[in-house]
Amino acid sequence: MSTAKTFRVLPGFGPTLGYTLAYLSLLVLIPLAAVFLKTAELTFAEFWNVVTAPRVVASYKLSFGMSLLAAAINAVFGLMLAWALVRYSFPGKKLIDALVDLPFALPTAVAGIALTALYAKNGWIGQFLEPLGIQVAFKPLGVLVALVFIGLPFVVRTVQPILEDLDTELEEAATSLGAQRWQAFRHVILPIVFPALLTGFALAFARAVGEYGSVIFIAGNIPMVSEITPLMIITKLEQYDYTGATAIATVMLILSFTLLLLINGLQAWTAKRTGRDR
Amino acid sequence: MAGATTLRLGAAQAIGQTRFEARAATRETALVKWLILGTALTFFAVFLLMPLIAVFVEALRKGWETYASALVDPDALSALRLTLLAAAIALPLNLVFGVCAAWAIAKFEFRGKHFLITLIDLPFSVSPVIAGLIYVLVFGAQGWFGPWLAEHDVKIIFAVPGIVLATVFVTFPFIARELIPLMQAQGKEEEEAAVVLGANGLQTFWHVTLPNVKWGLLYGVILTNARAMGEFGAVSVVSGHIRGETNTLPLHVEILYNEYQFAAAFAVASLLALLALVTLGIKTWIEHRAAHAQHDLHEGQP
Amino acid sequence: MSIQVRNIHKRFGSFIALDDVSLDFPTGELVALLGPSGCGKTTLLRVIAGLESADAGQVLLDGDDASGTHVRDRQVGFVFQHYALFRHMSVFDNVAFGLRMKPRGQRPTEKQIAGKVHALLDLVQLDWLADRFPAQLSGGQRQRIALARALAVEPRVLLLDEPFGALDAKVRKELRRWLRKLHDELHVTSIFVTHDQEEALEVADRVVLMNQGAVEQIGTPEEVYRRPATPFVYGFLGAVNLFHGRVDGEGLRVGDARLPQQARGFGEGAEVLAFARPHELDIVPDAGAGEGIAARVSRVLAFGITARVELDGLNGAQGQHFEVEITRERVDRLGLAEGQAVRLLPSHLSLFESRQAATTAGAAR
Repeated sequence: MSTAKTFRVLPGFGPTLGYTLAYLSLLVLIPLAAVFLKTAELTFAEFWNVVTAPRVVASYKLSFGMSLLAAAINAVFGLMLAWALVRYSFPGKKLIDALVDLPFALPTAVAGIALTALYAKNGWIGQFLEPLGIQVAFKPLGVLVALVFIGLPFVVRTVQPILEDLDTELEEAATSLGAQRWQAFRHVILPIVFPALLTGFALAFARAVGEYGSVIFIAGNIPMVSEITPLMIITKLEQYDYTGATAIATVMLILSFTLLLLINGLQAWTAKRTGRDR
Repeated sequence: MAGATTLRLGAAQAIGQTRFEARAATRETALVKWLILGTALTFFAVFLLMPLIAVFVEALRKGWETYASALVDPDALSALRLTLLAAAIALPLNLVFGVCAAWAIAKFEFRGKHFLITLIDLPFSVSPVIAGLIYVLVFGAQGWFGPWLAEHDVKIIFAVPGIVLATVFVTFPFIARELIPLMQAQGKEEEEAAVVLGANGLQTFWHVTLPNVKWGLLYGVILTNARAMGEFGAVSVVSGHIRGETNTLPLHVEILYNEYQFAAAFAVASLLALLALVTLGIKTWIEHRAAHAQHDLHEGQP
Repeated sequence: MSIQVRNIHKRFGSFIALDDVSLDFPTGELVALLGPSGCGKTTLLRVIAGLESADAGQVLLDGDDASGTHVRDRQVGFVFQHYALFRHMSVFDNVAFGLRMKPRGQRPTEKQIAGKVHALLDLVQLDWLADRFPAQLSGGQRQRIALARALAVEPRVLLLDEPFGALDAKVRKELRRWLRKLHDELHVTSIFVTHDQEEALEVADRVVLMNQGAVEQIGTPEEVYRRPATPFVYGFLGAVNLFHGRVDGEGLRVGDARLPQQARGFGEGAEVLAFARPHELDIVPDAGAGEGIAARVSRVLAFGITARVELDGLNGAQGQHFEVEITRERVDRLGLAEGQAVRLLPSHLSLFESRQAATTAGAAR
């Protein structure tokens, strides 16, 4: 009995996988490893001093706090927007549906200067907030506005397909069993949408933490008040403090990887709950 | 029964209702509906629509003449050239990579596949500032290859190659990400059928796989292009901001803005906003085409 | 072309799909691979095609070892379960695909291709659909186009994976007859996979019954139906009644009842499984004692010339259900009614030793 020669029916596995791995390693993995290797040049005490300097800590608080808040705001309003786009018919719906992706497509610097123009003291929106004693531009609130802008599509685009797939029969069943409209939403729809909503929240948060372009124009970048963490890296780089910049980058990268794992887990959960593949 | 439902839904679509509005159990009261719709649309208008309009209004604030002169400024033109160049290099590189990765991942089984997909997604979760920083660490004056590069008089950081590298990094996953789920969903029966009929690898890809994924591929390409032309953070770190040399359009916007040339800054920004709108337009058109194809597929079954 | 399969082994992880399978497929025959899902029939078909490589063993095409030959070069025609038509190509382009993929030197001219494609579409009686796209065809039409596409490259063998699996009952029946007719015209060695026994018996020259990665029986439809070689085959092909009995002198004891059949080749007292087709059982009035298995009529279904009688076992056969096919005339003569106690007498019984039988028969149901 001879052992049959094994071969793959479709060709090209070796070359394509090889190229994929090589390209990935050269452009992404090895350069990213540089961050950790550079950081390893520091002693732990040095590292700790850099990443817990008061100005840096203030930037974490601002970046993380505002990112969480922005993601939460997007979760609420993004769900409403997705709901309206799926469930209601109104004029201009197609246009609005298309424009939801604007923050993906619009260069961040453009978004940054546009938002600043809107929320400055004499801007379209800022002039109405000024008399109320609310200042947005060049304050932490400005950071929040920019982060809401860039995070919105993440929530809408993860929730929307799930809402679209919902079978009308589910709600009809709930109604026939005596559920009020709100109860049907709370007990039938929300549990189905929830994993996707959480995924959208996490994606918006992850993007917000690392965001740079749209924030720096409106933030004002006042030390201890409105400096975001990515800006701290730039500031260190401009002072030729490469190890300092790298140390802060390490902290951010570890957070990003944790979030990435979390999001992957969430997406697997969504897929399992809704029977969709990603 | 099923026939009746279809009829009813058909009628609902004819008068512009969604299937949810056509049924009593999935409708909200008018008050609730208008509350939700009103809130959602206000939110949309304030956070998305107004910034977009602001760009164009601010750009034209000082009239068409200022607008035009900001665009034909030599520095603006050289920034435009560099932006186009970076995109023109990054796009084919990531296209080849995306197709290779999708082919290996979607058509074959191997260990560690999910981990590989996660790694491909990695650049999405890295802050653009860090994307720039990593190339400074590798190729910068203080970096791994810094001394060697200086010796051989090769400039990567604060020069065009650095800008291209940063652009490739931030647009790395787009095409692969569009193609992988699409090609996985297609399965491999059609490819197997082609091979049984005697097609070789390239013939199979060209005649069978590609036509099935062309819309997804195009979508990935325009997303990559939009992001490549608009990237700010990563490019800002590696560029060095040398006017007329290492400035891309978004960096040029920043410089003009910081010099209080607001009208000029917004004029250049409006060019980029236009690019974004065209991208969204093409995207919507592709989705329409893809949905149409899908519809045909289901329609045909008697 | 003849196909021989020698000692094929194939496993997917811990699941054994094919366990030392050896088979001969003579030239020009239409053979059915029949078995329940998961029995390995599709895997065997894909191994023969070269779409799957075996862990061990050989596939011989016309006596030559094809194990190292790529599927592209095996000259097999494969019809996929879901047809795998190229959805972006017209029917014409689908059928022409194989010809257009040939290396430049061997490739026919477009004119020759067109002639060939139209001839094939004529053969499958769908020439009028040449410009349509797969999405615009019915299931049965797609199936025939898939077949035409496979035939275009003049394959030496034709392999069909559940060719009628995705079709509704009426179309299935029509296509079955059509496939048989087509095969009689072309005489290409063909193998098709099915889990539908009726389909296999009706269409094939020869049926291969598979179970759990192994071949249970090979034979003409009549052979496998009339003389099943194993309890599995008995259970899989057609309706059957099963009795657990013990060899008792000249006859067989089933519960409290005695059956007159002799159990040759079995030792006294051996536990046996006895199978009888519904038409191999007769119903006699219950005389209180004597031969036959006591049962009670639960339902009489008399629609055609034959009647189907469903019965529940009594005295030692409780909890068992039997199915008997007798003429309608006999039902009237016996005056059968629901609830009536009768006895069942087999005219023919197939016996298998119980221990080995018990496991496989269980899997067959």
